[in-house]
Amino acid sequence: MLEIKNLHAGVEGRPILKGIHLSIRPGEVHAVMGPNGSGKSTLAQVLAGREGYIITEGEVWYEGKDLLAMEPEERARAGVFLAFQYPVEIPGVNTTYFLRTAVNALRQHRGEAPLDAVKFLGAMREKIKLLELDESLLKRSVNEGFSCGEKKRAEILQMALLEPRLAVLDETDSGLDIDALKVVASGVNRLKTPQTAQLVITHYQRLLEYIVPDHVHVLHDGRIVRSGGKELAFELEERGYDWLVKPSLQPA
Amino acid sequence: MPATLTAPLRQPDPLGAAFAQLRQASPAWMQPLRQAAWARFLKRGLPTTRDEDWRFTSLAALAALPLAPARPGPAPRMEGAVFGTLPGPCLVFVNGHFAPSLSHVGTLPKGVKITHRAAQWAQEHADGCDETATATPSQHEGPFEALNAAFHQDGALIELAEDAELSEPLRLFFIHTATEDGSMASLRHRIIAGPRSRATVIEAHLGQTHAAYFNNSLTEIHAAAEARVEHLRFQDESAAAIHVGTLSLRLAAGSHVAHHSLLLGARLARCNLRARLEGERADCLLNGMCLGAGTQVLDHHMVMEHVSRHCESREFFNGILDDESRGVFHGRIHVHPGAVKTDAKQTNRNLLLSGEATANTKPQLEIYADDVRCTHGATVGQMNPDQVFYLRARGISQESAQRMLVHAFAGEIIDRIACQPAREELDRLVWDRLEQNPHIAA
Repeated sequence: MLEIKNLHAGVEGRPILKGIHLSIRPGEVHAVMGPNGSGKSTLAQVLAGREGYIITEGEVWYEGKDLLAMEPEERARAGVFLAFQYPVEIPGVNTTYFLRTAVNALRQHRGEAPLDAVKFLGAMREKIKLLELDESLLKRSVNEGFSCGEKKRAEILQMALLEPRLAVLDETDSGLDIDALKVVASGVNRLKTPQTAQLVITHYQRLLEYIVPDHVHVLHDGRIVRSGGKELAFELEERGYDWLVKPSLQPA
Repeated sequence: MPATLTAPLRQPDPLGAAFAQLRQASPAWMQPLRQAAWARFLKRGLPTTRDEDWRFTSLAALAALPLAPARPGPAPRMEGAVFGTLPGPCLVFVNGHFAPSLSHVGTLPKGVKITHRAAQWAQEHADGCDETATATPSQHEGPFEALNAAFHQDGALIELAEDAELSEPLRLFFIHTATEDGSMASLRHRIIAGPRSRATVIEAHLGQTHAAYFNNSLTEIHAAAEARVEHLRFQDESAAAIHVGTLSLRLAAGSHVAHHSLLLGARLARCNLRARLEGERADCLLNGMCLGAGTQVLDHHMVMEHVSRHCESREFFNGILDDESRGVFHGRIHVHPGAVKTDAKQTNRNLLLSGEATANTKPQLEIYADDVRCTHGATVGQMNPDQVFYLRARGISQESAQRMLVHAFAGEIIDRIACQPAREELDRLVWDRLEQNPHIAA
């Protein structure tokens, strides 16, 4: 589904990703862990198509297509979803209107008829309950004045509505208390199918107790320095990152 | 004219002669008042950009016009006019002259009186019936208020008795059809809202001519204790017109006044918004936007005076500026001694759609009391790239994303209009106007 080959990327001449290799198949959950500054968020942003990152080398293939050649909206319509670490506030854009525009852009892309306001509201009400979100949020501007937990849950609500094939969750656990974390995780788990894949980016192992990964990768200084099963996450929790990222222990 | 006048009117004598004629035709009690106002205007002259309050807005275009009081002129087209289908009473003024055949008041709720000023003057023993004309000008009177006091021909008078409620919005239409340049309309409106009364008043300033006319409008609103008034000024004058709109608000204890200002038309528009919070727990909202294109200059100049304690004021102004247009925001908050627990907030946000558009923003706080909360913030910029990316990352095209964000900028302001039919109509109208802009979809 996703094939990242030797990806190098940076900002304004400063290299951040220095040769990432990663292969994700349908039905898999991958976790990318790493200390601050290792390049985790850059990887998420580059996959979503954020402007300002320069790709200097490498390629990314998504379902046989050259992902890096696609505009951000084309990636989204093709089924790539990024849950933002910092969801953006957009005053003046009504949340319901925004969600319906997004859903209908996707439906149009698939050749489906747009949902009218009533049908859309029905679909949304059902999902909003699962995420324990207050329906009044839908009448407010996108993310404006939402608490941190509400923002993160609203990201998962969007994910539930857009039903992506590949979801990239960028530090979705940051700023959440344990109850909110469980709600978010169960929302994400419910969207897991044999046809979809998830790439979970996190600093801490905590989230992975609830979203159990098939593969764990440790990112350090723009490279994946260790890959393993879910037990790697527990090992990191116990031992920290130092034993992996010391220069002498890095692969040549 | 005194020699100190730095930007003299091009033809002072014709305007002076027109003034003399108007004064003579006025009721005897009004003549000295007009004369005094004219003298104040002459003494002050037209401000120049050396005047701090006019730093960003040049009146050279006005000074170049051959000003003369507007004549009645051709009849306007009313069909399709904005707010045309709203329910409720309406008064129509054409080139500053009351048009009885286009106006209708109907049966009003108890305690509500709607008339026009000249109707009052025509009555015998008129002296004293028009308090405004006899009122001593405030020390802050600007030149356009003086000019209006010298020349005012008419205006709407709205009086609400205690507890009276005007359930449907009152619409005031000011339509200009004059074909000669320099045609000057001077109307003076007054809304007296008695204790606990409620009203919504909508002013629509519209142009149906290519002529460079001048609309110098003034509205006074006095809100008595616990009155609630919503006032909306929609300015969509002709492209060559000059609009000066002055609003003077006085708020008594516990009253609430919301004013919405939408500036779309005119080559030069200046709104002087003056609010005095005179009674405890009064609450004032000034909410406005300008939509500039071409070489338009659209200027909001606010003075919010917190005279009494525990009052709240909110000022929200957004500018969407394209081509070489200029948006000006000047907001002064003046907290008087003793006005403790003042809560004042002011924001001005500007979206520049072209590299040549300009926004000038100038907040000014003067605080002479302790224990107050005053905040202000201003932004000037292009579209926020984080917001554009966020929308695109959800599958929304760049073009739609930009449209949504521009619309949001206007929508934020329009959403604060409580009067639902007016809000919905403006939402559609502004959306259509934005859609016509080739830069937004670019």
